[in-house]
Amino acid sequence: MKDIRRNWLLYLMFLPVAVYFVVFAYIPMGGVVMAFESYSRQGGMFLSEWVGFDNFHYFFASGKAWLVTRNTFVYNIMFLGCYTVFSIVAAVFLSEIRRKSFKKLSQTLMFLPYFISWVTVSAFVYNFLNYEYGIVNKILHYVDAQALDIYSNTSYWYFLLPFLYVWKWVGYGSILYLAAIVGIDQEIYEAATIDGATRIQRIARITLPLLKPTMIFLLLLGLGRIMRGEFDMFYQLIGNNGLLMDATDIIDTLAFRSLMGSADFGMASSVGLYQSVLTLIIILAANWLVRRYDREQALF
Amino acid sequence: MSSQTSGRKLNSAPVFTTISYTVVSIIALICLLPFIVLLAGAFSSESSVLADGYWFWPRDVSLEAFKYIFRYPNDVLSAYKVSIIVTVVGTVLSLFISTMAAYVLGRKELKHRNKLAFFLFFTTLFNGGLAPYYIWLSRNLHLTNTYAVLILGPMFNVMYILILRSFIKSSVPEPLIESARIDGAGEMRIFLQMVLPLSKPALASIGVFTALAYWNDWWTAMMFTTKDSLIPLQYLLYKMLSSINLSSAMAQHVTSLDAPKETFKLAMTVIATGPILLVFPFAQKYFVSGVTIGAVKG
Repeated sequence: MKDIRRNWLLYLMFLPVAVYFVVFAYIPMGGVVMAFESYSRQGGMFLSEWVGFDNFHYFFASGKAWLVTRNTFVYNIMFLGCYTVFSIVAAVFLSEIRRKSFKKLSQTLMFLPYFISWVTVSAFVYNFLNYEYGIVNKILHYVDAQALDIYSNTSYWYFLLPFLYVWKWVGYGSILYLAAIVGIDQEIYEAATIDGATRIQRIARITLPLLKPTMIFLLLLGLGRIMRGEFDMFYQLIGNNGLLMDATDIIDTLAFRSLMGSADFGMASSVGLYQSVLTLIIILAANWLVRRYDREQALF
Repeated sequence: MSSQTSGRKLNSAPVFTTISYTVVSIIALICLLPFIVLLAGAFSSESSVLADGYWFWPRDVSLEAFKYIFRYPNDVLSAYKVSIIVTVVGTVLSLFISTMAAYVLGRKELKHRNKLAFFLFFTTLFNGGLAPYYIWLSRNLHLTNTYAVLILGPMFNVMYILILRSFIKSSVPEPLIESARIDGAGEMRIFLQMVLPLSKPALASIGVFTALAYWNDWWTAMMFTTKDSLIPLQYLLYKMLSSINLSSAMAQHVTSLDAPKETFKLAMTVIATGPILLVFPFAQKYFVSGVTIGAVKG
């Protein structure tokens, strides 16, 4: 109390942020009780009729639970894996380039996709893959190959979605890893060169092993988000395309559809709580792993 | 890299150099290509697209689609207005309030500062999900169809506040604050006249990320607005791409037969994305330094 009285002005300066997070995060957090209610307008978020686990029964019985969990997990693992590999590859090759202007230009170009929204990306995808006018089918037409009907065939998307994810994030990732490479002591490389190490040996024996801590840390951070799937991406690229739904429905799109599409508040809130709990468990597990690996890097 | 001679020595494998340049060029070109195709499509005539599809350059250069959009410019201009207001007001407020909180979180004499930091951090670990958030904002706070929701919705990012905290801690020396206090400066004055100016580099980086998030935000508008006058640019683009509910005057004309439907979509994308691509070269260095200060300690 004495602390608060003496530093009341400092606490006051923190107040706007505190109020914001109470109103926009903590009160909705209390709204998880909705998952156990049959929501009604009169009862509102906190006082609607209590129905216990009925909403969850419904969610798991619908057969959607396993599907969306699997899709969310599989896609995010693919995203994280591809993103990590390509970011490191790009960073390593970028670090080998000596001509400053070339390096700067290529980094700029790689960073470009990071800045546009998934709405814009969906326009790009349409531009390339549209059945009638898309560039891909035009090229196939010139080489006398059969046109691809990408918007109604799920198998392409297992490749396309990770590709687009990497496309959008590789610039960002390569900056992270390049910063780590630049941080490596140059004398190690010089010593290795004097001992006759080739460039490939220097990369394999010095650069990559020294990137390992950065990589593990970023991977574990990424693991924490594994159950929160890129809603923007899936919603913009796939939307409500029924043909692709089973292969591309993730937890977030299901929650969104239940809420905004069918106004099924019980379903939407139980899906939301299911996701939040899964996420929390995974973050705690990932953090536990980081702590074991390197206490300094742990989140908490 | 440290000196000229070592640079030359490290460069002694020509094949490998070629591979590096090739790989980097390929990745960079793949990143650039869609932008070129987008421009090519937007500046093509509708008839050439209908006949031969899209291509890497315009086969028949035309401003048809743009002229079409600007024949009824109200939707686009209104969306620009909304996006600019939300981005500018939101970024300024968010930066100012975040920095203030970040400064407080770093002050050693506050006994509860770590509890406060965890109070913020916990919201990134657990949340109530979409449904309670939506119902709370729309039915209890009545924020639907207001500028307030567009600005408040995406306002704070806990990670940015924590990054600002570590930046301020390392760049505003404690003794400096102490001496200002002894000289009788109030907390607010210390913050405004010392902390803010000294944190400029971090403010620039966090500022550009915040502005980008506002500019690209279509989700808040989709969830909480139904009024045409509150539609920001990205959401307008989304609506036009998915061709649902074109509003007002443009709707009647776009659905008419002579409308350039294909090139129209791309021209609209150019209009919505253009500002970012124009600002990007100047802001890039702040983004790059932002990525790396964030990486030092999340």
